[in-house]
Amino acid sequence: MAKKRIVLTFPPSLVEKPLTYRLVKDFDLAINILHARIVPRESGRLVIELSNSSEENIDAGIRYLEEQGVNVEPLSKEIRWDEKECINCGACTAVCHSDALRMNPETWKLEFDKDKCIVCEMCVPACPLRIISVTF
Amino acid sequence: MGFSRTYEEINEKIKTGRVVVLTAEEIIPMVEEKGVEAVAREVDVVTTATFGPMCSTGAFLNFGHSDPPIKMTKVWLNDVPAYTGIAAVDAYIGATELSESAGFEYGGAHVIEDLISGKPVKLRATAYGTDCYPRREIETYITKDTINQAYLFNPRNAYQNYSVAVNSSDRIIYTYMGTLLPKLGNATYCSAGQLSPLLNDPYYRTIGIGTRIFLGGAQGYVAWEGTQHSPSVSRNEKGIPVGGAGTLALIGDLKQMDRRFIRAAIFHKYGVSMYVGVGIPIPILDEEMVRFVSVKDEDIQAPIVDYGVGRRSKPTYGTVSYKELRSGKIIIDGKVVPTAPLSSLAKAREIAETLKTWIREGKFFVQQPVQPLPAEQLTKPLEIREKDEFPINI
Repeated sequence: MAKKRIVLTFPPSLVEKPLTYRLVKDFDLAINILHARIVPRESGRLVIELSNSSEENIDAGIRYLEEQGVNVEPLSKEIRWDEKECINCGACTAVCHSDALRMNPETWKLEFDKDKCIVCEMCVPACPLRIISVTF
Repeated sequence: MGFSRTYEEINEKIKTGRVVVLTAEEIIPMVEEKGVEAVAREVDVVTTATFGPMCSTGAFLNFGHSDPPIKMTKVWLNDVPAYTGIAAVDAYIGATELSESAGFEYGGAHVIEDLISGKPVKLRATAYGTDCYPRREIETYITKDTINQAYLFNPRNAYQNYSVAVNSSDRIIYTYMGTLLPKLGNATYCSAGQLSPLLNDPYYRTIGIGTRIFLGGAQGYVAWEGTQHSPSVSRNEKGIPVGGAGTLALIGDLKQMDRRFIRAAIFHKYGVSMYVGVGIPIPILDEEMVRFVSVKDEDIQAPIVDYGVGRRSKPTYGTVSYKELRSGKIIIDGKVVPTAPLSSLAKAREIAETLKTWIREGKFFVQQPVQPLPAEQLTKPLEIREKDEFPINI
């Protein structure tokens, strides 16, 4: 299964267009929405993961989005957690919407699931030890 | 009268390597299985611990005298001001003091952590000069090994229970209880719960002035009641205070401390604080002490306080137990609110284990308090008053 994580930014004119529907219908792509900020009449931001058995289908879908005027960028930013400096306080888990950062309920140590992370960056300033950062 | 033992008997057992020590978490299932009386006979000491942000932390430093000598009137350590309105080369560096150059990113807590780590710290001082102290300024580097003395003196640590923080307002707020999301988007709490020292000795029978403790990886002592020590707050049917109550002033040698157990912290848009590791042994003097140390998270409640209201008296949403908080979510007004800790239970467990090992290996002895902490006291508020509101003759 091929997968790609991308960040879509689209102008207000496109906000009401059923773009994700077309990706499913015309390109047979499975879409996992990781983060969405869409307000009518404002520009929108959508972080999605596209998957299909063929990478070509994914690329065709991305070309379609670009033709519609959507700005497509790979989700290349990553959250870096310096585990050996961590005191396992849990302050970062208070702001993690995606459940990527969570406390193990037995050991009460922090666990970071990169696949769930949508790189919203809320955890970066929430960490009292300044050991969570964003890498490009 | 049931079974009882003395401090001297416990210390004799520590000396001969026969002492039985468990942590405050390990004792819970043992009491359930064997009962209070059997455990009182079997166990000598229970270790408790906490590792949370404690703003009221700082260190007294004596730098030693330079040649020619200086009577310091202003002192900076890595650009962080320290208080020196005491003798010539004495100073107090408070954990929350901010750097004059780096602001929120570096503060007194970082200076303390750097000193503990053995890093060189830049000392700058100015003076007006006197006949006996002619020097008017100095700039040099110090480490914990080059200076005369360095000891932590923390006016308020180890709070006995604390509030749970939420935010009902429409905007995100940044507090000493972490980042609080709008409209009850999250709840943060800050206590080691069933492992926390003062929750295992709710009426301060064994924790008092002179009690020997684990502080930041070294052996330290309870010096006094902590500031805002407030034992008279309401208590539940088990005697556990519902919310912040007793506190401790702690003292210990900075030079012996270990960065694994004391760390500088930055609370975004709030300021600098310090995570302090505190471990306190509870001697099992009798069956009553067994009942106290077998306290469970479900027996301990904390009030849910709305930090979205920037006033001294904040509205509350009832109380919640630490068992519920540890489940990851609580329900407030019918809404599911995710919870997050701020105090590290993993570190508290490491401290309780370390203290257990010290006692078992004969490196740490229990100390009977020389005086108990006040049992009744409430915190006084600060009101804005005019001088003529007071009687004339005082």
